[in-house]
Amino acid sequence: MGRESMEYDVVIIGGGPSGLSTAIKLKQLDSNLNVCLLEKASEIGAHILSGNVFETRALDELLPNWRELNSPIKTKVSKEKFLFLGKTKSLSWPTWLLPKVQQNHNNYIISLANLCRWLAEQAEALGVEIFPGFPASEILYNQDGSVKGVATQDMGIDKEGNKKDSFEPGIELLGKVTVFAEGCRGHLGKQLIEKFNLSKDTDPQQYGIGFKEIWEIEDKNHEEGMVMHTAGWPLDNNTYGGSFMYHAENKQVFLGYVIGLDYKNPHLSPYDEFQRFKTHPAIRKIIERGKRISYGARALIEGGLQSLPQMFMPGALLVGCDAGTLNMPKIKGSHTAMKSGMIAAETIIENIRENKNLSIYEEKFKKSWIYEELHAARNVKPSFSWGLILGIIFTGIDQILFKGKLPFTLKHKHADHETLKFANEMPKINYPKYDNIITFDKTSSVYLTGTNHADNQPVHLKLKDPNLPTNYTLDKFDEPAQRYCPAGVYEIQKENDINKFVINSQNCIHCKTCDIKEPSQNITWVTPEGSGGPKYGNM
Amino acid sequence: MKILVAVKRVIDYNVQVRVKDDGSGVVTENVKMSTNPPDDNAIEEAVKIKESGKAKEIVAITVGEEKAQETVRKALAVGADRGIHVKVGGAIEPLAVSKILKKIVDKEKPDLVFMGKQAIDDDCNQTGQMLSALLNWPQATFASKIEIKDRKLEVIREIDEGLETIEINTPAIVTCDLRLNEPRYASLPNIMKAKKKPIEQLNASDLGVDVSPKIQQLKVEEPPKRKAGIKVSSVAELVQKLKNEAKVI
Repeated sequence: MGRESMEYDVVIIGGGPSGLSTAIKLKQLDSNLNVCLLEKASEIGAHILSGNVFETRALDELLPNWRELNSPIKTKVSKEKFLFLGKTKSLSWPTWLLPKVQQNHNNYIISLANLCRWLAEQAEALGVEIFPGFPASEILYNQDGSVKGVATQDMGIDKEGNKKDSFEPGIELLGKVTVFAEGCRGHLGKQLIEKFNLSKDTDPQQYGIGFKEIWEIEDKNHEEGMVMHTAGWPLDNNTYGGSFMYHAENKQVFLGYVIGLDYKNPHLSPYDEFQRFKTHPAIRKIIERGKRISYGARALIEGGLQSLPQMFMPGALLVGCDAGTLNMPKIKGSHTAMKSGMIAAETIIENIRENKNLSIYEEKFKKSWIYEELHAARNVKPSFSWGLILGIIFTGIDQILFKGKLPFTLKHKHADHETLKFANEMPKINYPKYDNIITFDKTSSVYLTGTNHADNQPVHLKLKDPNLPTNYTLDKFDEPAQRYCPAGVYEIQKENDINKFVINSQNCIHCKTCDIKEPSQNITWVTPEGSGGPKYGNM
Repeated sequence: MKILVAVKRVIDYNVQVRVKDDGSGVVTENVKMSTNPPDDNAIEEAVKIKESGKAKEIVAITVGEEKAQETVRKALAVGADRGIHVKVGGAIEPLAVSKILKKIVDKEKPDLVFMGKQAIDDDCNQTGQMLSALLNWPQATFASKIEIKDRKLEVIREIDEGLETIEINTPAIVTCDLRLNEPRYASLPNIMKAKKKPIEQLNASDLGVDVSPKIQQLKVEEPPKRKAGIKVSSVAELVQKLKNEAKVI
């Protein structure tokens, strides 16, 4: 092959909060370590999307002087609201009656993308080598089966797999330890979980799809520091989800919606539920005269402790949501992702210096406050499989009365790709037409993401069976990819009465929902050419 | 032979540009920035010439704020030997840039100066031409093919009527079209090496160039929104509407 290789002490895959925290902590503990970090986006932050109400606990430990380092953490939460939405009415729930995990008064409204850009500056100042635009596409193994490192994607390959004039071969990055920090449903993390059987003792992982739009709104509707969440309409009692609206600086609101990917009706379109949600009077009145300036979507982990795989294996660690450290009832994963990276760094130092086994990661994890948090949170998400109302009642008992200490653990029974019922058994949903004022079609939304993939490259959404969509999935499930994809990548087109499954992979915003929800697991997301995908600003 | 290549940092071509509320310009906060695309072609061509043995050194230069240095760093990663960053805060006009470039040319004495045919942010398409006038050097603009012939250049230009082939003497200015070549990717080892290549930092005032704007910008506005189309049911209706409503036939 003639691929070049480069050796490091530690190779980190992914420039999100967990990967960057791993890198910073490593260099703080030993400035002589050679650490490199790969990121598939064109720059750090360009593939980061999150609410985000940020709890500073992990950052306080990692960079105690962050307030003096011109960090982008500025807007303290000043007011909180929780609304139950009916179709036209809304009921405000007193915040003192919310479980403690859902109270935010010490937290900040931030752009996680900007936080990551700032963390990357801190990491580079410590000597971490950061390479944006280089997706890790392949895991490399030693002869004894342990992880040796990764290879980056070849660049300049055409649709048919031939080398173009601009061909640039990938290179091998070898580490004493490789840290996988790709975020939810990382495509290498997924391979590692399978190869090393890391999920053998856990429940199936649970996911959600999260949407976010940034709106610039009228001054009179803007209350900087205000955090609002809603549950209820437009989702029915059996679909798990809710919204967030965070009033950030510069007259902006971060408006978003999260829907559990364990939904059952193949006719449901998460994108359209989000668009419809914005038409509720309680929401419309805030954004109506504003302007939408950003859009994006990303899958997130909801499984919690029951679904958390073993996070160590020979030669490698999983951190953050590549494993699944998000705290669902808290609706936060950044602080736990960061902490998991910091613990990984401590583990690696002991592994390299004292030759301790990487399995000490688990012991350290169990002794840390992440475990405590995730343990207390563990029963909330599964209780919502009984529906919204019973879920809320149970969560009240579990979180307010027992503070997460009930002496049993509810299970996640199904993987998300198993939950869809057949299309003919479920009601069709008529979504309202987009008004181009507060609701928009997918095309104009994707346009705002700045998404681009170099022309004439191989399709990075691989079908195990290319005929399955038209031979089976269309008939049984009305091909739900047309609806669960938030970027309009998948279409059924009729040509001379023959159905064709079209993949517009250049629109892909790297959310990974198809890889998760496709009922036969027929779609595999792999890395496209470097720098491809969205170019998110302050998401 | 020595080639000087000018590169500019602009809003990335995939980003939807937004006009500021007060009409004073476009939003650049929280927006992905990149090298101006035809400047990438200019660098690529210089590197190709160097690889063919016809040039010895490539110097990349940018004029702009602190972060503009990233574009020089990128040029170094694809093959430039060293960089120059002339620091200027805020917007800068083509005349000031060409005056700065002239000072650098006086000092560096390159045989060729390459740059993109225009920048995708202000679309001025002036800097190369002005530099040519200031230096009294020949220019070849919109180049889609460059061939070096001894002390001359044969350049094919993309013009409205088609392609024009011209021959000019060196030293010369060439502004590059997107069709000139396909810019290469910076490989990871070359990005690492580029971090160690030198970038000389200067201030515009060190060069004695007045960079104050000579053009007063009155207002920046978005183009008017296009009205939604309508569907007609017959050719007759279409003709009637074109006649009576659109009044185009």
